[in-house]
Amino acid sequence: MIAIIDYNAGNITSVARALQNIGQKFVITNKTEKLDTASHVIFPGVGAAGEAMAYLRPKKLDVWLKNYIKTGKPLLGICLGTQIILDYSEENETKCIGLVAGSTKRFPDKLTSGEELLKIPQMGWNSVTLNRSHPVFDNVSPDAEFYFVHSYYPAPSDEAAVLGTTNYGMNFCSVLAKNNLVAMQFHPEKSGRPGLQILRNFCTWRGNA
Amino acid sequence: MLSKRIIPCLDVRDGKLTKGIKFKGNVDIGDPVEAAREYYEQGADEIVFYDITASSDKRDIMIDVVRRVAETIFIPFSVGGGIRNLEDMRKVILAGAEKVSVNSAAVDNPQIIAEGAKAFGSQCIVLGMDVKKVDVSGKIPSGYEIVINGGRTFTGIDALWWAKEGERLGAGEICLNSIDADGVQTGYELNLTKMISENVRIPVIASGGAGRPEHLADVLTKGKADAALIASMVHYRTYSIAAIKQYLKENHIKTRMLW
Repeated sequence: MIAIIDYNAGNITSVARALQNIGQKFVITNKTEKLDTASHVIFPGVGAAGEAMAYLRPKKLDVWLKNYIKTGKPLLGICLGTQIILDYSEENETKCIGLVAGSTKRFPDKLTSGEELLKIPQMGWNSVTLNRSHPVFDNVSPDAEFYFVHSYYPAPSDEAAVLGTTNYGMNFCSVLAKNNLVAMQFHPEKSGRPGLQILRNFCTWRGNA
Repeated sequence: MLSKRIIPCLDVRDGKLTKGIKFKGNVDIGDPVEAAREYYEQGADEIVFYDITASSDKRDIMIDVVRRVAETIFIPFSVGGGIRNLEDMRKVILAGAEKVSVNSAAVDNPQIIAEGAKAFGSQCIVLGMDVKKVDVSGKIPSGYEIVINGGRTFTGIDALWWAKEGERLGAGEICLNSIDADGVQTGYELNLTKMISENVRIPVIASGGAGRPEHLADVLTKGKADAALIASMVHYRTYSIAAIKQYLKENHIKTRMLW
């Protein structure tokens, strides 16, 4: 069973509808005993790091995630759910969960493309360059684009954790992968067919990339 | 590099799709859920719904439309029209929209932008601006004035000031509609779009005036828009979204070409 962690994070219904569309059964829960029975866990998110951590901590979901990742079962992070698996986020100066070493940083104010000052947030469709193949990206064209909406980006300290990068005035890590974890800054649930393919791949992945 | 977005706009009244010319003479031309599906299949990057239902007791029809759209398409979409308070926003977001757009309600009560941004995040809150060209004056230094009630009421608010104020209050995006250009299909208001886009840091969707693919090319380059709203040119099947994107590609404007 796929479990979506419920933490008032905004895009849970969108993720749920995308899973429905690909014929995948799931539960939405914040109960650790229910999460324990999941074969795959999705950690979604829209919103701010500070509030998200303030919700997760009293429910011990941060601790639960740290233990879950050791089981070897697959974990998928989406958007904010990706940003807060790092140690720290510059957003609200928040200490985060720390499944991956590094921090989440704000796009620099002087973000430019040529002479043009770029908008913050990055909002819209952009591509991802993978630096190696990964089962979660099977049957996804390298020309596919994905829907991003964010002002902060994940910056893992270990280069090996970077699976994909995206260019927005600068190159940033848009997909993280480490063992049984894969986490993306964009929203696969809102990225049309290529996004649905990623979700489909994740649901059949054994976590041994 | 980020792609420019092509966004069909669907006006919905009592749960049916309509498109008016200059806000008058609307005629029903179909089912909004089916239209959304068709545009999703055609490569729309996002969809905007405007609920122009007059009577409030029929508003829940729109919530049902939003729910069905969210089950059908897997790209972002926003809903505007008749959103007066946080409760209206919450209903639409819970039904599955990514974004809500506030227009007249924000003019009446600008704090709704701040409240919405706090409750749902800035990325959820689109400031819809209906704008008319006027004489430059002390009160309207940009020469563009905010109008409400479908263009019938002048507010005395300068469009450039309002765009910056909306950004300050927490809007995540601006949907900028030129009333003068709306439905006429002779091109977007390039000066207005460029002025607003260069003076805010949040994305600007240009709206009003699209009739041919070159109009989109103009507003996405000269007009500095981040996204272009289209209606009549696709509703009446004069162009497909794919054909528009192909034209933009030939003119070196990057859009999402694979869907």
